[in-house]
Amino acid sequence: MASEEMEQLVRREYKDGFVTDIESDTLPPGLDENTIAFISKKKGEPEWMLEWRLDAYRQWLKMEEPSWAHLDYPPIDYQEISYFSAPKRPEDRPQSLDEVDPKLLETYEKLGIPLHERAALAGVAVDAVFDSVSVATTFKKELAEAGVIFCSISEAIRDYPDLIKQYLGTVVPVADNYFAALNSAVFTDGSFVFVPEGVKCPMELSTYFRINAANTGQFERTLIICEDRAQVSYLEGCTAPMRDENQLHAAVVELVALDDAYIKYSTVQNWYPGDEEGKGGIYNFVTKRGDCRGERSRISWTQVETGSAITWKYPSCVLRGKDSIGEFYSVAVTNGRQQADTGTKMIHIGEGTRSYIVAKGISAGKSDQSYRGLVKIGPRAKGARNFTQCDSLLIGDKCGAHTFPYQEIGNSTATIEHEATTSKIGEDQLFYCQSRGISEEDAVSMIVNGFCKDVFQELPMEFAVEAEALLNVTLEGAVG
Amino acid sequence: MLQVNDLHVTVEGKEILKGLTLTINAGEVHAIMGPNGAGKSTLSAVIAGKDGYEVTQGSITFEGQDVLEMEIEERAQAGLLLGFQYPVEIPGVKNIYLLKSALNAQRAARGEGEMPAPEFMKLVKEKLGFMKMDASFLQRAVNEGFSGGEKKRNEILQMLVLQPKLAMLDEIDSGLDIDAMKVVADGVNSLRAEERAILLVTHYQRLLDYIVPDKVHVLVDGRIVKTGDAELAKELEANGYEGIEESVA
Repeated sequence: MASEEMEQLVRREYKDGFVTDIESDTLPPGLDENTIAFISKKKGEPEWMLEWRLDAYRQWLKMEEPSWAHLDYPPIDYQEISYFSAPKRPEDRPQSLDEVDPKLLETYEKLGIPLHERAALAGVAVDAVFDSVSVATTFKKELAEAGVIFCSISEAIRDYPDLIKQYLGTVVPVADNYFAALNSAVFTDGSFVFVPEGVKCPMELSTYFRINAANTGQFERTLIICEDRAQVSYLEGCTAPMRDENQLHAAVVELVALDDAYIKYSTVQNWYPGDEEGKGGIYNFVTKRGDCRGERSRISWTQVETGSAITWKYPSCVLRGKDSIGEFYSVAVTNGRQQADTGTKMIHIGEGTRSYIVAKGISAGKSDQSYRGLVKIGPRAKGARNFTQCDSLLIGDKCGAHTFPYQEIGNSTATIEHEATTSKIGEDQLFYCQSRGISEEDAVSMIVNGFCKDVFQELPMEFAVEAEALLNVTLEGAVG
Repeated sequence: MLQVNDLHVTVEGKEILKGLTLTINAGEVHAIMGPNGAGKSTLSAVIAGKDGYEVTQGSITFEGQDVLEMEIEERAQAGLLLGFQYPVEIPGVKNIYLLKSALNAQRAARGEGEMPAPEFMKLVKEKLGFMKMDASFLQRAVNEGFSGGEKKRNEILQMLVLQPKLAMLDEIDSGLDIDAMKVVADGVNSLRAEERAILLVTHYQRLLDYIVPDKVHVLVDGRIVKTGDAELAKELEANGYEGIEESVA
C-alpha cells in the first residue's frame, strides 16, 4: 500500500480524540491506547487484533518491571520511546556504500560478508541492490510449491486470521511477563511460519529474505507452527552488526510443534555495541518459548550472541507431549562493559520427555555474565531426563561469570545430570601456543573455538562459519 | 647458531643469570647441568621469550638475528623451539589441530603455503609410530589427562613434526621411567643433523647415557662455571656440584 493511500486511510478511519499529527508516518515518543490504535490501523489489522493488543496493554499497566536479574542498567522510561517509525524512505538512506560508516564496512570485511550483501545490510536504498529481488522471488516460489507459509506477522494477521487466532499467545500468554505484555500491545513486525502436515520445509528460512527495509522492529513478534511430522529450520539474525537507534528490543518468539514435528531455531546475532563506556548499546530483552505439544516432537534452540549492552533472555521449552525433546545450545560472549543474564528453562510435563542444555559463556574485558537455568520436572513426567552442561571461560582478570542453576524435581523417576566448569585462558596456554609459532591472536581464537565446538556443530553450516568469524572479531584485543 | 653473551636476567627483582655466555653451533648437542635455582630453566625461558624475565644486560643472537627483538612466535617460526618441563593442558584444542596450526604458521613465515592434508597426516602418523604413540592421541585435547610420560612424548612428537633448527629441551627426562626415556631419547637422537643443534637442560646424568652430548656445561649461581665433554657429566655424578664448585673457586 502506497504511503499516500495509507495516510488517507488513517485520517478517515481514526478514532475520535486522537491528537497526534496524523500526517507524519512516525509517532512521537509516548505510549497510551491511542498509540496502539495508531499502530493497529497502520498495519491494517482487523478489530479483534486491536482488542487483543489493548487487552495486553491494560494488563501491562498493572505489572511491574522485574528487577531480579543480575543486571545493572538505568531505568527505562517507557514514555520516552517512539512506538512506531516508518522505514526510512529511499531518499533518506545512504545511496551507496561510500556513504556508509567505514567502521561498519570494516567489520563486514572481517566477517567475510559477501560484497553484494553488504549494501543491503547497511541499509542502502534497495534499488541499488540488484540481486536481492530476484533471489527472494525464487525462494517464494519453492515455498509455495511445498505449501509452506512464510511471511511477515502483519501479513499473516490479515491473510491467515484463523491460524493467528488459534496459535498466537498460546505459548507466551499476554500476561506471562512484563516485556511480553508490552510486546503484545505494541509489536510492529516479525515472522510467521506455518508448515503443514508431513512437509519438510525445503530450505532453511532466514530473516534476511524477509527484511527489505533493513529497519529491525524493536518489538518483533514471531510465530512458527509445525503440524504433525513437519520440519523447519529457521535462522534469525546475521553476523553483521545491526545498526539501530532503538535501544530497547523486546521481542517475543513462539514455537509450536505437533506430533513428530521438529523445529530448529538458530540465532546468530551481533548487536552493534555501545561505546567503550557501555553507553548507547542495545538492551536485548526477549521472551522465546517452544511448546512441544505433540508426542515425540522436538524443538532446538541454538544461539551465538554478542554485542548488546544488556541481554536478558531464556529461550525455553515446554515439554508437554510424551517423549518430546527440548534442546538448548548457546554461546554467549561478552566483552567491554557488556552484561548478560541468560539461560534457559526446560519444563517437563509429559512422560519420557528429555532435555539437553549446553551453555557456554565467554567473558572478556570488564564484562559480566550469568547463566540462569531452570529444569522443572512436573509430577506426571515419569522417566524424564535432563543433561545440563554449563561452562564459563574467562579471558583476562577483570571479567565475571556466575551460574544460577535451579532444579525443581516433582517426580522421583527423573534423571538429572549437571556439569559445570570454569576456566581461564591462562598466560601459560598462550605461551605454549606461541612457543610453537602460533600468534597470540590465533591462539586465543583456537582456544575459544575449541571451547565452543559443541555448540557450533549444532549450527547450520553457513552460520557456523560466520559464528567463528564473529567470535574472533568480538574478542579482538580481549587479551592484554 | 646460538650465541649468548654476558646475559644478565632478573626475575621478580632477583638476579638469576649473572653473566652467562654460551655458544652453540649447528650439528652440536649441548647439555646444561646444575643445582636447583642455578638458572637452568630461566635460560631456556628467556630464549623462548616467556613473560616475566627481565634482561638487564647482554645479548642473544640466533643465526645472526637479535632474539630479544623478536616476538615469541617469531622465534619459533625461525626454528627455535622449546620443549617444556611442565607442559600445560589446553582443553578443547585437539593435538592434531595444534600441530597443524603450528606447522602451517612456520611454513607461512617461510613463504610456503599450507601443507596439504594428506601429506600432513602421513607425516604425523610416521612420527607417531616412531614415538610409539597411538593415533587416538591426535584426537585428544593438548596434554589433557596425559600422564607425565605422555606429556614428554608429546613435546618430542611436536619437535619431530616441526623440525626446529635449535631444540631446547627443559628437563625432558623428569618423571619418565626407563622405557619412556628410551623412546624419548630415540626421538631426540633422530633429530641430530648437521644443520640442527640440540640443547638439553637436565638434572641427572642418566639421560646423557642415551643422548651423548658433545659439550656439557655446568651452571652454578647464574653462570657457566665449567665446560667439558660427556665425561664431565660422569664426574658430576660422582662428585656432585659442590665438587665442581670447589675446583672452580
